[in-house]
Amino acid sequence: MRAVKTLLASVAVAAGLSGAAVAQDATKVGFIFVGPIGDGGWTYEHNQARLAVEEEFGDQVETIYQESVPEGADAERAITQMALAGADLIFTTSFGYMDATVAVAEKFPDIKFEHATGYKTAPNLSVYSARFYEGRAVQGHIAGKMTKSNIVGYIASFPIPEVIRGINSAYIHAKKVNPDVQFKIIWAYTWFDPAKEADAAKALIEQGADVILQHTDSTAPQAAAQEAGNIITFGQASDMSEYAPMPRVSSIIDNWAPYYIARTKAVMDGTWESTSTWDGIGAGMVGIGEITDAVPADVKAEAEALRDALGSGEYHAFTGPLNKQDGSAWLAEGETADDGTLAGMDFYVEGIEGEIPSS
Amino acid sequence: MDLGQINPLLLLASLMVAATPILLAAIGEAVVEKSGVLNLGVEGMMITGAVVGFAIGVNTGSPAVGFVAAAAAGAALSMLFGVLVLYLMSNQVATGLGLTLFGLGLSSLIGKPYEGMKAPSMAKWDIPVLGDIPVLGPILFRHDPMVYVSLIIVAVTWYVLTRTRAGLILRGVGENHDAAHALGYKVVRVRLLAIAFGGACAGLGGAYVSLVRVPQWVEGMTAGAGWIALAIVVFASWRPWRVLLGAYLFGGITVLQLNLQAAGAAIPVEILAMSPYVVTILVLVVISLRGNHGAPGSLGRIFHATH
Repeated sequence: MRAVKTLLASVAVAAGLSGAAVAQDATKVGFIFVGPIGDGGWTYEHNQARLAVEEEFGDQVETIYQESVPEGADAERAITQMALAGADLIFTTSFGYMDATVAVAEKFPDIKFEHATGYKTAPNLSVYSARFYEGRAVQGHIAGKMTKSNIVGYIASFPIPEVIRGINSAYIHAKKVNPDVQFKIIWAYTWFDPAKEADAAKALIEQGADVILQHTDSTAPQAAAQEAGNIITFGQASDMSEYAPMPRVSSIIDNWAPYYIARTKAVMDGTWESTSTWDGIGAGMVGIGEITDAVPADVKAEAEALRDALGSGEYHAFTGPLNKQDGSAWLAEGETADDGTLAGMDFYVEGIEGEIPSS
Repeated sequence: MDLGQINPLLLLASLMVAATPILLAAIGEAVVEKSGVLNLGVEGMMITGAVVGFAIGVNTGSPAVGFVAAAAAGAALSMLFGVLVLYLMSNQVATGLGLTLFGLGLSSLIGKPYEGMKAPSMAKWDIPVLGDIPVLGPILFRHDPMVYVSLIIVAVTWYVLTRTRAGLILRGVGENHDAAHALGYKVVRVRLLAIAFGGACAGLGGAYVSLVRVPQWVEGMTAGAGWIALAIVVFASWRPWRVLLGAYLFGGITVLQLNLQAAGAAIPVEILAMSPYVVTILVLVVISLRGNHGAPGSLGRIFHATH
């Protein structure tokens, strides 16, 4: 492919064409998605950001994407295929693509890779993620204040640090405002399976949960909560505002567009470098969707104050004193968690019942 | 752990809801396979039924009309398969897989404008008197009508297959199509009808996911239910009541494992999560060990009248 391009370029020059227009082909940006772009959550937002890249650069950029790529062995084939298709920059947008991305990046040193939510980097492989746990803190606060049964249901996906951080952050902040709160956690072992997510939500509701938090990608739990009535939920990854004002009372919105635009620009300018980006509310990568009127005004004001404090960096979502689930000390009074511990978080904080399945 | 938090009545009731889509798809496929045709396109027909049922349901405001449209769409798609394998003699396995891929793509295309919309709600039948029976009432008599429709379809299928002449002909065609042909039965016509029935049932099953169980349209929402339905047909040795048993067993374990997790059962989550599939495999193994699988003799073979 590269040889052909070079050949074509030299032919063009030899033919005496004004090289620039012909040789400067568009930058090709590829995206690997874990779900369909119409999932209404995680993949939907990544695709919105892809469209934003197209909007920003117009003819200078060409984007390609593949949806519903399974995490695991087949991912490597899909990424390789995209690399062979001539992509200059490839975003792999799920944790489970980590090893596949590392392997493909090694084979194509001239192509830039960006892996979402992972931690393995290489000279041509960056990682990026958002501090979703900051948004979870706001959700936990609202959940703790709003629950009447004191049971909060949590639909978790896979036992990876990102998901565990979210559970811990939500629990800490729910517990802070409601000492009696209890979390019931279901591991769905999927990012996207609407029927299973709906069943999980129903099981939690049947067992008394009146707040449902989800770390899966579809809007099915929202629909299940709406049907059950008097249950509150939060939009996940995307605003899911079609379920506002009830059951969805707020949301975490992933905003990848500025990052994708900046990284595409860097590839165009030749200034791309391998980096680790982990931005939160402050940098705008994590947005908190509008808190609806179903939430009492004072709770809403507190939640917004918490959001602003997290955004300005004045408050950290993991601030001591905090113990681990087994009772051992983790953070002393006023101490905040370092990014290394957060990135590899594999334990519950004190008070959460149950065990984390080994991943 | 506090298993007392699991309400067995609610559990049994949600089991029936969780099992209905695979039950519908599996009973349809059982009839198709009984006629000697293997249609691996169940997933594709289900998802097409899901999107068409949802779209029509939203536009007309009536879930019932949505279900009828879903059945028609599933049947129409299955006719594509029928023409290819019965008249053009294409390979059934490859054509069936193609039908699944086609259905998945077609459904995302049709479904684009319907993303994020809500389904018209389907009233539950609170059957008077029966619904008030303690214990049994809430489990059996307070569902949406489709749960009962699926049970009626199973009963009728059983009756037709085992107690009527039409059922005998269909089974004959499936067991030995050359003999059936020699006796003067229209093999292709019988199979075409069976395929249409299978398609309609798969369409209903898909629409149940998008109109009742989830209820909304999301791309790829059947998430493999069609493949489970295919496994359940084998599991059931092609017998209607066993299809019901298999679907409820699978649905039951799926719901139970989620409930056990929520109740904090001290069983590793990995084991709970894989339990529906493990149980399905185990039962398949047990059935195979017993020797008589009950597979129709002409299953998957191409029929040509001149041979």
